Amino acid sequence: MLKAQDITVKLGRVEILHNVSFEAHPGQLTAIVGPNGSGKTTLLRAMTGDIEYSGQVTLNGRDIKTARAWELASERAVLPQATPLAFPFTVHEVVRLGLTNGVAADKAGLVLRALQRVGLAGFEGRFYQELSGGEQQRVQLARVLSQVWEPVAENTPRWLFLDEPVSALDIGHQLQVMQIAKNYADAGGGVIAVMHDLNLTAMFADSIALISEGSVLCQAAPETVLQDALLSRAYQCTVRVNTPPANGTYLLPHAASVAAE
Amino acid sequence: MSLALQDTVSQPKLAGDRTHRARQLTWLLALGLVGAMLLSLAVGASGASLWDGVFDLAMGRELSLRDSIILFEIRLPRTIMGVLVGAALAVSGAVMQGLFRNPLADPGLVGVSAGAGLGAIIAIVLGGMLPAAIQAAVGYYLVPLAAFVGSWFTTILLYQISTRKGRTSVATMLLAGIALGALTGALSGMLVYMADDAQLRKLTFWGMGSLAGATWSKVLAASPLIVIALSVSPFLARGLNGLALGEAAASHMGIPVQITKNAAILMVAGATGAAVAVSGGIGFVGLVVPHLLRLLVGPDHKYLLLNSALLGAALLLLADVISRIIISPAELPIGIVTATLGGPFFLWILLRQRGLLDM
Ligand SMILES: Nc1ncnc2c1ncn2[C@@H]1O[C@H](COP(=O)(O)OP(=O)(O)O)[C@@H](O)[C@H]1O
Ligand SMILES: [Mg+2]
Repeated sequence: MLKAQDITVKLGRVEILHNVSFEAHPGQLTAIVGPNGSGKTTLLRAMTGDIEYSGQVTLNGRDIKTARAWELASERAVLPQATPLAFPFTVHEVVRLGLTNGVAADKAGLVLRALQRVGLAGFEGRFYQELSGGEQQRVQLARVLSQVWEPVAENTPRWLFLDEPVSALDIGHQLQVMQIAKNYADAGGGVIAVMHDLNLTAMFADSIALISEGSVLCQAAPETVLQDALLSRAYQCTVRVNTPPANGTYLLPHAASVAAE
Repeated sequence: MSLALQDTVSQPKLAGDRTHRARQLTWLLALGLVGAMLLSLAVGASGASLWDGVFDLAMGRELSLRDSIILFEIRLPRTIMGVLVGAALAVSGAVMQGLFRNPLADPGLVGVSAGAGLGAIIAIVLGGMLPAAIQAAVGYYLVPLAAFVGSWFTTILLYQISTRKGRTSVATMLLAGIALGALTGALSGMLVYMADDAQLRKLTFWGMGSLAGATWSKVLAASPLIVIALSVSPFLARGLNGLALGEAAASHMGIPVQITKNAAILMVAGATGAAVAVSGGIGFVGLVVPHLLRLLVGPDHKYLLLNSALLGAALLLLADVISRIIISPAELPIGIVTATLGGPFFLWILLRQRGLLDM
């Protein structure tokens, strides 16, 4: 499992995260939600070892501060909010970059399967820099998937860290990508996803951490977190959670909060 | 049945996978390099073309004394130096571009060669002040080593100035490179001004900007650093590939980012330093060669670095041959040839990638 305890992060002189604790279990999709600038990306970057923090983060029981880059890379892959690319790589070559951990012999096959999974079969020969933002994000997802293709390896769960994986996507691809993440968790892997869209979160998450102003307001099952009062407090607007007759949950910002301003 | 067999035997060519082409190009370039070396041995300003001599040699026949001196004491060291320097400059360019994540980062353009030149000049002018024991110990290696330190220092400085949080500002890099180049150039000028006659002769011997003064002693002085730097470079390929996605992504993929960066800087400094020490700064090789190769077979450093070494060596030899015959019996400095070809090429890259400078 992934466990973050008492994480405090300072960027420059400002304290961005205050004593945050968070955990995620293999077999589950754990979402991190909260308003813009609340510290979701910062928490994710602390847990991937990108930035300095005080506190402790363990992944599969290993303290990530003392673990080696390649050890971590064999157990978790990270999809950043945006990925710049320096040179004119083709889509095939970008995905191949993910296969750095001496993965199976059939590299080319894995590249194709990863692209197929994100719905980009046939894009292998295109230049990455000439794709749309949403297509680029899915190519990056394919790269990330190919890095930790098997959700469980040697009895150890592997992890996907996704920062807003669907924000640049249309609704069809949003559902597709969330389903990929969900399947990964169902097969025994762990998924941690920073989410913007509360409806998708409600549909797919097994556990939700709600962050506001650098603190976790609460982390629990969706039905506990997705409450009018909690969400309204975190997002500073009136939110009403409605349960539709069919199974599932949908949320809408309440029109009154806009009218009142 | 036979069809199925063929399918599994022949390498499947996948769209977007340029591996196969890159490997084929390696063979082609290796052939080209052999051709360029033969040309460089056979053609020159010293009157007779030596095709007969080269042919005799290949047939195992005796050479005349004159031919043998021209071939073994003049042409051969010059050819080998051309190979070493061309490969060193091109691979330095490719590695530096990978490190800075930018196709415009070239040791010559951003002051690294100038830093190496300053190191070399310091060694020549002030080296006499070193204790005799040290001088005896390092001998001919003093100048390349000093050039290595000079280019190392400039590369680190440049990286610190132009890179913030793992992102390189192209504009800052180019401007800082101009400033560093001007500064080291000025210091070099002052030192040359201070030099006495003997030192001036030495400065001329190390010759700034050409392969003309190639001797076996220079080849020996430059080869250790260049050979070490070139043999380190394949180990950088995976790291540089990762860095193309940014430092964070590289680290997520298991690449030891800091080690990769330090090794890349040392590699660039070693190769550029030694190349500049024996040939002066020969511009544009490090810029043109990797760029052409990226256009042809893609930016994957696994193939880019080796192909750069081969193409860099071959192109520099060809430029040297041109410089020897174009105004024969006189010689044009090779820097003029590479600049004539490379300058317009640089402008072409700039025009193609106008958006690049706004980053
Ligand atoms: N490098 C930085 N230096 C200073 N402040 C930063 C830096 N990066 C982000 N911040 C601030 O930290 C806060 C949290 O940012 P972030 O974690 O990116 O938010 P989000 O929840 O939208 O992902 C924001 O107020 C942001 O302005
Ligand atoms: Mg964010």
